[in-house]
Amino acid sequence: MIEKMLKVQKIADGTVIDHITAGKAWEVVKLLGLETYPETVTILSNVYSKTYGKKDVIKIEKKQIGKDEISKIALISPKSSVNLIKNFEVKSKYDVELPKEVEGILKCTNPVCVTHVEPIKSRFIIESKDPLTLRCEYCERLQSGLQFK
Amino acid sequence: MDFISTRSMSKDLIEDVLKSAKKFEPKKDFSQTLKGKVLATLFFEPSTRTQFSFQSAMERLGGSVLGFSSVEGTAVKKGENLVDTIKIISSYVDAIAIRHSKEGSAKLAADISPVPVINAGDGSHDHPTQTLLDLFTIKDHFKGFDGLNVGMCGDLRYGRTGRPLSIALSNWNVNLHYISPPQLSMDKGTIKFLRDKKLRVNEVLRMEDVIKELDVLYMTRIQQERFPTEEEYLKFKGVYVVDPKLMSMAKEDMIVMHPLPRVDEISVEVDSDPRAKYFEQAKNGIPVRMAVLNKAITEAK
Repeated sequence: MIEKMLKVQKIADGTVIDHITAGKAWEVVKLLGLETYPETVTILSNVYSKTYGKKDVIKIEKKQIGKDEISKIALISPKSSVNLIKNFEVKSKYDVELPKEVEGILKCTNPVCVTHVEPIKSRFIIESKDPLTLRCEYCERLQSGLQFK
Repeated sequence: MDFISTRSMSKDLIEDVLKSAKKFEPKKDFSQTLKGKVLATLFFEPSTRTQFSFQSAMERLGGSVLGFSSVEGTAVKKGENLVDTIKIISSYVDAIAIRHSKEGSAKLAADISPVPVINAGDGSHDHPTQTLLDLFTIKDHFKGFDGLNVGMCGDLRYGRTGRPLSIALSNWNVNLHYISPPQLSMDKGTIKFLRDKKLRVNEVLRMEDVIKELDVLYMTRIQQERFPTEEEYLKFKGVYVVDPKLMSMAKEDMIVMHPLPRVDEISVEVDSDPRAKYFEQAKNGIPVRMAVLNKAITEAK
């Protein structure tokens, strides 16, 4: 009974990231830097989903995440949606969308890429959305397995 | 304008450079073309022939050259990063030609530098002026590219010439034949790119399987450090050798190319065969780099 209450508990103010690919919530938490966030963060992993069978959900209290962060989520879980909550109501809802360019958050998988040794931000362009493939703007190496910094 | 990667060069740009290089080819006086302009050749890795070729091209255009051919004695040796080096040097010169072991270093230099940057080789990534002079050599012989069967042999994975040449050739209707051991085969991403552009790509292990079909045989050197053991290296070292016997199987007007230096993948007996074009290819570096320097310096970045 307690478990059920926790799962459905609404938040007054904050963000709910829904329809995260099952098992990927932990990566999203890391990507958004929520490990050290001082307010309540609820992570639901492998919960029932009508559409996908299983999904993950993250509820972040007292934080409205921005558009840049929303597009970052798409790199990990492209079918997620983001609900921004105020006074227990959904104020806005977005389906995450891949950005055209990804700057600063990924590491190039090419070990001899200049981005590993120079004081610059990595930069990638999205070559294909499905399967997700990026190209490093510096060494032009294609990347399918993403490495977050 | 910058010359950073073959992928970013349009067909129009390539054709324009090849046409312009043709004008710079004869021994006319071009010493007023870039008079008073200064080129920096920043060679963080030594490469005598590419550096000399840039130097000769710039001086024939009336410009002057400063630079280094290794990091010994430079601020880089003291730990200066590339970003700072480029910021400073670019304020002294009108253009930069850079050779560096890190892939993407030329792109980084171009992002920082207010003056044009020419990639003179960045790791295994690219070497666009080499690609342009390769194309110039092929075009000079065949007057075009459509319908050609181009074979590339040797280290196609780590070499910095095969991939960009393939990408450039994808602007035309050519058939590519890759001849290499599996360890050194062309990467799958490039093959997919080429096939998406409707090129016929054929991968074989043995030269004998395709030699009769080829119009161009582009040889590259197989380097020992690419193999886990010496034994593995020795297995392939002597396999791909262009010698009179192989040449006797090839078409009468096939041309043999090589970015040089060669070790033993082309026997010296082949040098006197009129189909051997590798020395002419190296010589073509001058008019092609003259065309590139002229375009880089005179057209807006």
